[in-house]
Amino acid sequence: MSSTPASSQKNIVGISKNGTLDYTKLEKLLGPLVLQKEDHVNAPAFVIRPDSVEEALTLLRDEAGFDHLSCVTAQEYEDRFESIYHLRKYDSPQHELGIVVPSPKNNPWNQSACSVFRTADWHEREAYDLVGINYEGHPDLRRILLPDTWQGHPLSLDYDQNKPQLITLQEHENPLRDTDEENTMFINIGPHHPATHGVLHLKTVLDGEHVVSVDPDIGYLHRCEEQMAQGLNYRYQIMPYPDRWDYASAGLLNEWAYARAAEDLVNIEVPEYAEIIRTMGAELCRICAHFLAVGTFALDIYGDFTAIFMYAMRDREIVQSILEDLTGQRMMFNYFRLGGVVWDLPEPRDEFLSKIQKFLDKIPAGIQEYSELMTTNEIFQLRCVGTGILPPDVARQYGVTGPVARGSGIDYDLRRDDPYGYYENLDWNVVTNDGCDIYSRFLVRLGEVEQSAKIIGQCISLLESWPEEDRIIQANVPRTIKPPADAEIYRAVEAAKGELGIYIRSDGTQQPARFKIRSPCFSNLSTLSEMATGGLVPDLIAALGSLDIVLGEVDR
Amino acid sequence: MTTDPRLNSKLREAFGSSPFILTKFDSFMDWVRGSSLFLLQFGIACCSIEMMHTFAVKHDLDRFGAGVPRASPRQADLIIVPGTIVSKFAPRMRRVYDQMPEPKFVVGMGSCTISGGPFHKGYNVVKGVEEILPVDIHVPGCPPRPEALVYGIVKLQERIINGQRSPVTVDPYELEKFGDLDTHELIEQLADQIAENDLVMRYNWSDSP
Ligand code: SF4
Repeated sequence: MSSTPASSQKNIVGISKNGTLDYTKLEKLLGPLVLQKEDHVNAPAFVIRPDSVEEALTLLRDEAGFDHLSCVTAQEYEDRFESIYHLRKYDSPQHELGIVVPSPKNNPWNQSACSVFRTADWHEREAYDLVGINYEGHPDLRRILLPDTWQGHPLSLDYDQNKPQLITLQEHENPLRDTDEENTMFINIGPHHPATHGVLHLKTVLDGEHVVSVDPDIGYLHRCEEQMAQGLNYRYQIMPYPDRWDYASAGLLNEWAYARAAEDLVNIEVPEYAEIIRTMGAELCRICAHFLAVGTFALDIYGDFTAIFMYAMRDREIVQSILEDLTGQRMMFNYFRLGGVVWDLPEPRDEFLSKIQKFLDKIPAGIQEYSELMTTNEIFQLRCVGTGILPPDVARQYGVTGPVARGSGIDYDLRRDDPYGYYENLDWNVVTNDGCDIYSRFLVRLGEVEQSAKIIGQCISLLESWPEEDRIIQANVPRTIKPPADAEIYRAVEAAKGELGIYIRSDGTQQPARFKIRSPCFSNLSTLSEMATGGLVPDLIAALGSLDIVLGEVDR
Repeated sequence: MTTDPRLNSKLREAFGSSPFILTKFDSFMDWVRGSSLFLLQFGIACCSIEMMHTFAVKHDLDRFGAGVPRASPRQADLIIVPGTIVSKFAPRMRRVYDQMPEPKFVVGMGSCTISGGPFHKGYNVVKGVEEILPVDIHVPGCPPRPEALVYGIVKLQERIINGQRSPVTVDPYELEKFGDLDTHELIEQLADQIAENDLVMRYNWSDSP
């Protein structure tokens, strides 16, 4: 595989003296490939021909340092199809560029980007599945979210949702079957299996205890989140849905992804006080999500409901009850509004804030306890140290983000690198670990819990002393929001699992014409076969646990 | 006659000195069934997180004699369906249910299992678990609180103990052999992809509630 040259730091084209991107230089780099320049709200985009995708992306990756293909969005217009490749850099995520590839209505196709970015594999399969664009040169272009026998492409314009569909159940064959090769055995893990964290199906070929190949089969929880959002209005109706993407109580982090994209699209300034509440709530969610990750990870390794799982659940109960006080719900918060949050902290404030403080005070000892229970355990060490290796250059190729990337030593955290909320003004660190194995991912998560606690602590003292007359929880936002027609934006936040991005295209109405979710779990999961092939079956399960996927977000 | 004092319990006291009770065998079996439900460790979507909380500390479902999650459907009497069912998963869920031994019970958890919930309009979403499995108890909510789920299960236990059983299935989607289906445009299109003997589930979306 080609390595990613950004790390080798040769002369990178397209950066002006003050460190920002110089799009004229980039345009010059691509030369005749650029047909046109578009302005998206987040960054400019170049329109190219369908047959020059590979060339353009290779140039941008090798010469201009765009080593992160964060998302591929496909959509159908009245007169054409379009794929958009959203590029950015791991070293400086604020450097963004869109590559727009229009293709004709009667024959939607463009060259595949798989040979340039491995992550394009799954993203293009999804685009083919839902919108119906054919990617030429794609190694394995089949449906990914919907079953193979599905008729039609549901996000294309002429799709008729009332037509009957037929789904097969081929797994009724003996799940253990002989494969063509001698000495190997095919086995289905999931979609109902205690170690798959929900409804994931792994098609695995084993040679004795060793994994010869593993192919994750997803889509068992594809709830049409994008279609849902495209049928709802910006102002109030979309906000409840993000809670249900990553439902490990990470709701506020997801709501923020939508809020950030929509607010930037129509230029809403969020009051400082609301930003602090948002930051505090979001970090509480992160703690809650990481506790679930740690608890279920222990469940995977030890195979039973042991103390660690129960401790994690106990601590989650505390956070959930704090969040319930704040938002009114234990999991599905629906607390953010465009321009702020829905209501102020609950009264009596002091009591609420001291409840959080009391929880924070226990965190260092709690982390210590988790650490001792797990890291000093020999079984745990044998299973986790040096297994499920994901080297950083492979991780970049797959568009990996979040704790998984940071466990491979990639120092990438949008809270710091593409700041939003109140993070800039607070004192905290990005936790990384160079181990690249299962163990280091676990350590990163524990470290992040500590950092989140640090952030929340600072938010509490700010909130305590905030003068009463300045407690503005919402900006002045009109009742109906209609962004200008054909405005396009891609914006991401650092959710519990990594870069959670939203692409919105407006058509001048109250509802988005295209709403695309870039889910961190989706990209992270695509590395599984890279990590597990050649290893033992139990290591496969541990590797899967260390990815900390939530199927609601993988399948959307 | 003296009994070993270690065997003394509240129940024993209630029966008085006689070691015999007189009851109908059926009522006895109902009482046994209801008092010790094994449930399937089965997660689908967001509701399963609250279900885990129901099993774990604080809510501790086992207090009511119904909290031992079994990983294999062959050991379970109760399946809680915690979340949205989509077209690709429904046949698999039906298969898991079929593997459970009789008598078996179904609790639908959350609005998704009632009607598709927030995803009711989705092109890929089955409009409620009743289209696939017979349901004994529905617990509404999005997600229901652990207390609500505990209440639902305790209600189910009460019904089992009282010998009441009336699960509901509405217009079920069944697993059928592909070869047995009536001809239809869709069937002809798929004929070369699917073998005669393959099991399939056919969704007539326009008839969905
Ligand atoms: S009812 Fe609500 S919480 Fe439960 S699975 Fe459906 S959307 Fe998720």
